[in-house]
Amino acid sequence: MDIIFSAEELAFQQEVRTFLKEKYPDDIRKKQDSGISLSRDDMIRWQKILYEQGWAAVNWPVENGGTGWSPIQRYIFENEIGAANAPEFLPFGVKMIGPIIYTFGNDEQKRRFLPDILSSDVWWCQGYSEPGSGSDLASLKTKAERQGDHYLVNGTKTWTTLAQYADWIFCLVRTSSDVARRQEGISFLLIDMQTPGVSVKPIITIDGVQEINEVHFENVEVPLENLVGEEGKGWTYGKVLLEHERTNMATVARSEYRLNRLKEQAGQSVHGGPPCMDDPNFARKVAAAEIELKALEYTQLRTLAAVAVGKAPGPESSILKIKGTLVQQMLDELLLEAAGYYALPYVPDQYDLEFPNSERIGHGAETRSSLKYFNNRKASIYGGSNEIQKNVVAKHVLGL
Amino acid sequence: MNFSLSEEQSMLADSIARFIDNDYGFEKRQEIAESEKGYSPELWRTYAELGWTAVPFAEDDGGLGGGPIELMLMMEQFGRGLVVEPFLATIVLAGGVLQRAASAPQKEQWLSGIIEGSIQAALAFSEPQGRFEISDIATSAKANGDKYILNGHKNLVLNGANDDLLIIPARTSGSQSDQSGITLFAVAADSAGIERKCYATVDAHHAADITLKDVQVDAAAVLGEVGQGFATLQAVIDEATFAVCAEAVGIMRTMHDKTVEYSKNRVQFGVPIGTFQALQHRMVDTLMACEQTYSLLLWTAMLNTANDPDARKAISALKYQIGTAGRKVAQEAVQIHGAMGVTWELDIAHYFKRFTAIELLFGNADFHLNRYIELS
Repeated sequence: MDIIFSAEELAFQQEVRTFLKEKYPDDIRKKQDSGISLSRDDMIRWQKILYEQGWAAVNWPVENGGTGWSPIQRYIFENEIGAANAPEFLPFGVKMIGPIIYTFGNDEQKRRFLPDILSSDVWWCQGYSEPGSGSDLASLKTKAERQGDHYLVNGTKTWTTLAQYADWIFCLVRTSSDVARRQEGISFLLIDMQTPGVSVKPIITIDGVQEINEVHFENVEVPLENLVGEEGKGWTYGKVLLEHERTNMATVARSEYRLNRLKEQAGQSVHGGPPCMDDPNFARKVAAAEIELKALEYTQLRTLAAVAVGKAPGPESSILKIKGTLVQQMLDELLLEAAGYYALPYVPDQYDLEFPNSERIGHGAETRSSLKYFNNRKASIYGGSNEIQKNVVAKHVLGL
Repeated sequence: MNFSLSEEQSMLADSIARFIDNDYGFEKRQEIAESEKGYSPELWRTYAELGWTAVPFAEDDGGLGGGPIELMLMMEQFGRGLVVEPFLATIVLAGGVLQRAASAPQKEQWLSGIIEGSIQAALAFSEPQGRFEISDIATSAKANGDKYILNGHKNLVLNGANDDLLIIPARTSGSQSDQSGITLFAVAADSAGIERKCYATVDAHHAADITLKDVQVDAAAVLGEVGQGFATLQAVIDEATFAVCAEAVGIMRTMHDKTVEYSKNRVQFGVPIGTFQALQHRMVDTLMACEQTYSLLLWTAMLNTANDPDARKAISALKYQIGTAGRKVAQEAVQIHGAMGVTWELDIAHYFKRFTAIELLFGNADFHLNRYIELS
């Protein structure tokens, strides 16, 4: 039993490190390290750098333009991205809709959509949740009626992340209500956001940011050719996608990065005062978070080892999501506590690299800790709340 | 054994509760919070007319002679209504110092106006290096003839943008963390040499970081005895800690109630989510946390009313409970509200933010656990 990488794997790790050293732009790094939100352009620029390297779609097979990497390679890559605190590739295109299209879509759809997803020339967003359908997604009501050469779509999607930037949205819609099970009669539609009748209404989150939106559909005409797979089978496709969403949520490397930042920050004297870590109460909580994170790292490695010998990622991916978000939120709390009174100023303007230093309240980064703490309460809610994840484990692992 | 309130106490609590219900709904609160000053000067006058700004002060000073019980009742309601008016800063903190340390002429100059609602004030209780330690004061006050020259830096001065009064603890002798050698100064807010960076805090209150550069004050600005300010400062911060704990209890209770209500109305999988046992047990846990915290609040109020030797220890016990059991209540409320709980639109998010600010104010759970042990 060991977790030593092979010579090839170590060489690959070195290749990723070299790439990050040479190609990860300084301005984006600065923003990331100060906890400043990236602009739309920043995100696209970074993704195009990865695309040019041939590393846009680490989860896709080679024939569709992916890297075709082994699970171990993917792990190494994502670990290095997290350790460098580089931005994640936005999930909507390559992680979510891409695999649906190359698995269930027709050739025309593959030709039409996959290249732009790879090159980040088209921005996608996800239309799943509705105001009345959160944890109970199968109760969704957005309706698509077949009329001649198109579907007529009416309804509302919500919690749509970054829809304000999106060119396209993939949606679960109801094409039939005359069904035995609610999961039937749901179809998977691709909708151009420019289509008349589509409107985006911002939802401001607890930290005062527009990150999510409501997307309204009022008599939106969607060509029949934008249906993915078979009508009424959308639920099956969507579920596959949720599994994808869950496997990537442990974010161990990024939590490690944040833990190191925390230890560094809390180990330093603040304006000449004693370091936070001098308080054994605080040091004990940091140690507890570190232990939980180490356990998570090894749980993730066990999952990886299973996948590497060809087993499918099963319900243990739910464990990774639950524990992964738990660790993230432990770190959020500790970073907040370490910041002390400097967690309290709410000065959104100062989270801009151009903001004059003399005007700053605190150093900037620590004042973001409260906003991160507030915002990241979402981590245990999105992608199937932790309550839903526990239901999955209870049902599929415990057989209850 | 008697946990019931006097008639006057009930009337006070009821009148604020009615005000919150009728005149301080969430939309109104948001409108006020987003206004230029961040609070309503108009409502402040109303608070003064209703006598609320007079409650904690001695009758001889023009107050109503309220004690910890009255303060607790008021702050619980302010918590429930997420009130943003600077009651804590002007009345509890600055008013608390003046009440304890000011001479008759100083009270005439400042405290009367505070009680009448015409003067706003702040107490600069923190310096950047001190974290939560109020005796850690590097700001210096050097005697120069019949004047003092103040130099230093204060952070998170609540209501520090006010036009009237800043109370500045500064060191006239001793080394940086000594309890002796601290002197309290009443400094007019427009004094030369005061630089303020004013900002909103995450809970929609307001504060300032203040730099003092050769600020000249008369000897008449000294509140109490030179070098003896710490006892006053400590008593006031203790009272303020108790006050925000009562506010936090009001917030916890409100968040818990709203969550239970939401779980009865939010339907998923064909039933209200409150019918799920997994959520029921968690709401029972938050109920127990609310009740236990309320018990500690009452205990603390009684010990402080009686000037019991354990009064300070009780405050630390309560603040620790707020930072641990209370945090859990607040987080569960957000979680059970689902994504709605992290939207700006819903009041839950704003209760959560105020609660979080209170967790840090005057020392977090770790700080007060240590202090509890020291006082044991």
